[in-house]
Amino acid sequence: MKPRVAVFKFASCDGCQLQFLNAEDELLTLARQIDFVYFPEARSRALEGPYDIAFVEGSITTPDDARRIVNVREASRYLVTIGACATAGGIQALRNWADVEQYRRVVYPSPEFISTLSTSTPISEHVRVDFELWGCPIDKQQLLAVVRSLLSKAQPVLPAHSVCMECKRRGNVCVVVARGEPCLGPVTRTGCGALCPAFNRGCYGCFGPADDQNMESFARLLASQRITDDDAMRRLRGINGYVRPWRETGDAIAAGKK
Amino acid sequence: MPSRRAKSRTIQVNYLTRAEGEAALRIHLRDGRLIDLRLEIFEPPRFFESFLRGRDSREAPDLTARICGICPVAYQMSTVHAFERLYDISIDPAVRELRRLYLCGEWIESHALHIHMLAAPDFLGCDSIITLADKHREAVERGLRIKKVGNAIVAALGGRSVHPVGACIGGFTRAPRRDQLADLRERILRVRDDALECVRWVSHFDLPAVSRDIEFVALRHPDEYPMNDGRIASTKGIDASPDDFDDFFEEHQVPYSNALHCKVKGRGPYFLGPLARVNLNFDRMGPDVTAVARGTGIPWPNANPYTSIVARALEVLYAIDEAVRVIDAYQPPPAPAASFEVRAGVGRAITEAPRGSLYHAFETDERGLIHSARIVPPTSQNQARIEADLRELVPDIIQRSQVEATHLCEMAIRNYDPCISCSTHFLQLEIDRH
Repeated sequence: MKPRVAVFKFASCDGCQLQFLNAEDELLTLARQIDFVYFPEARSRALEGPYDIAFVEGSITTPDDARRIVNVREASRYLVTIGACATAGGIQALRNWADVEQYRRVVYPSPEFISTLSTSTPISEHVRVDFELWGCPIDKQQLLAVVRSLLSKAQPVLPAHSVCMECKRRGNVCVVVARGEPCLGPVTRTGCGALCPAFNRGCYGCFGPADDQNMESFARLLASQRITDDDAMRRLRGINGYVRPWRETGDAIAAGKK
Repeated sequence: MPSRRAKSRTIQVNYLTRAEGEAALRIHLRDGRLIDLRLEIFEPPRFFESFLRGRDSREAPDLTARICGICPVAYQMSTVHAFERLYDISIDPAVRELRRLYLCGEWIESHALHIHMLAAPDFLGCDSIITLADKHREAVERGLRIKKVGNAIVAALGGRSVHPVGACIGGFTRAPRRDQLADLRERILRVRDDALECVRWVSHFDLPAVSRDIEFVALRHPDEYPMNDGRIASTKGIDASPDDFDDFFEEHQVPYSNALHCKVKGRGPYFLGPLARVNLNFDRMGPDVTAVARGTGIPWPNANPYTSIVARALEVLYAIDEAVRVIDAYQPPPAPAASFEVRAGVGRAITEAPRGSLYHAFETDERGLIHSARIVPPTSQNQARIEADLRELVPDIIQRSQVEATHLCEMAIRNYDPCISCSTHFLQLEIDRH
């Protein structure tokens, strides 16, 4: 029997689950090997669990979703988070720095109709996660590599070194050295193919922290560049800003300027 | 006490499938009369307009892109155009053309996705593209080929198709050389016949024949099919600058939806997207595409929402021809992006996202930090119109089984290719500082 695969969505832009549908060359082959029994964006018929593999997109931002993720976990043998929202809380985790008191004083047309939590949190803060796939968006080839590993009952392994290594291999001119441009490449996980430096700009950290990052040294590098503390802090508080090492460094910069 | 028991019936679709994002539909009937109808968007709000405040305007295109994984290019385009107006930046003509190419790529991938993966299964009795492929393998493979080329165009200018990285205020961070587009041109041309066949395929679907009193709204430009530029036009006479959006349209909140509804002031719902663009700009599609459009046997303009899928296929063909035209005429700009000085002010822009007009308005301080942001996505603007279509559908579905009724309602909603993830990010958070 083909593995029963489910794709769940929480607070997100749909871009990571879209990578399944963007696998134009592989999609029909993939469908021969796995059965998408629950994938509302692509299929009308939705089957109940248990699921062999659950791919989870999006972060937890509502009380309902905090309950729903527990059910998803219970119904799934292997749970993979896909993307920055599910893995780190996503860009919407910027609300986590908003002053809760100020939030209470927030006025919008009819706030009583809106159900939301004051935080956006990654799936791993709520349930056990078996594998985390980073990226905003995730890389299609990495997604397929994870599927291939799981089909052969192997634990997926993906490179976790920094974008800098990839950037050198690609032969890019270093935007930090050549132009003094702030770049998160030294502390960001590889996976995008060092895209931003190849497009003449600094990395903005879509793939989250690399495993060999040195935040202390990176904070010194940022401080030596011609940018304000506010700018440095904003660069860390971005797509993956709520992930611990970046959150701590960003908070330290924020505390330092006060 | 009523003399007889009222016959009450509820049609409920708890999770609208084959759409981007999370929505539900509830229709409450009693004695064959409609009591209540609600398209409930329960997609959690992500508060983009709130966290954009205080961010640097130069970060904005990367942030607003994250509103939608399917149409990030349109978000980047409305954002950069709004700031270019604000900072009074003039764009190199070659950059303007590259941006058309960029949007062509997104229209192609998004439309091909909707036609083949989301909508076609409705007309051919399947639940997904995967089961569709068992019966209509050739059409599915054709659709995937078209979609792949759309993604390749976006990636050529932005490095990747989802949340591409190349767009910035003033232009692009990198402009391609002519020779870098040569291979892309050949790839685009190779799917032109596929796009033609796709138009024929969808125009032979069993499209319900209805005609409704609909106000269609889209940009209109003096000599182009509208993408990044033009005035707001409607089939009921609106002719306005994007700066005056608020004079003609208003947003309001309904208790059951996380997305604001929009109306034409003093009138009512309106319709955005490919059918609106074709209806208002048929004379801007060029002789080849209009000839193909006439060959479908469908009258253009028309007020049948079910012909949206054909309008979408026609736009794929148009975007293929337009992409090739841009590449053929392309001479790299002297600089990929214009330089500029930030200042305090207000900037507004509308561009045509795959699903229709996308309005952005930003206010900055003198450091170029965002003071306020407003984003009005096409799906939220279409919500009231979708509900109006569903109300008109009620007499047809009363006698139908639950399964059939659900199917008909879902089809009516899919005419709009709703992108629900987009539509819920614009809830206004007003911080009262008093």
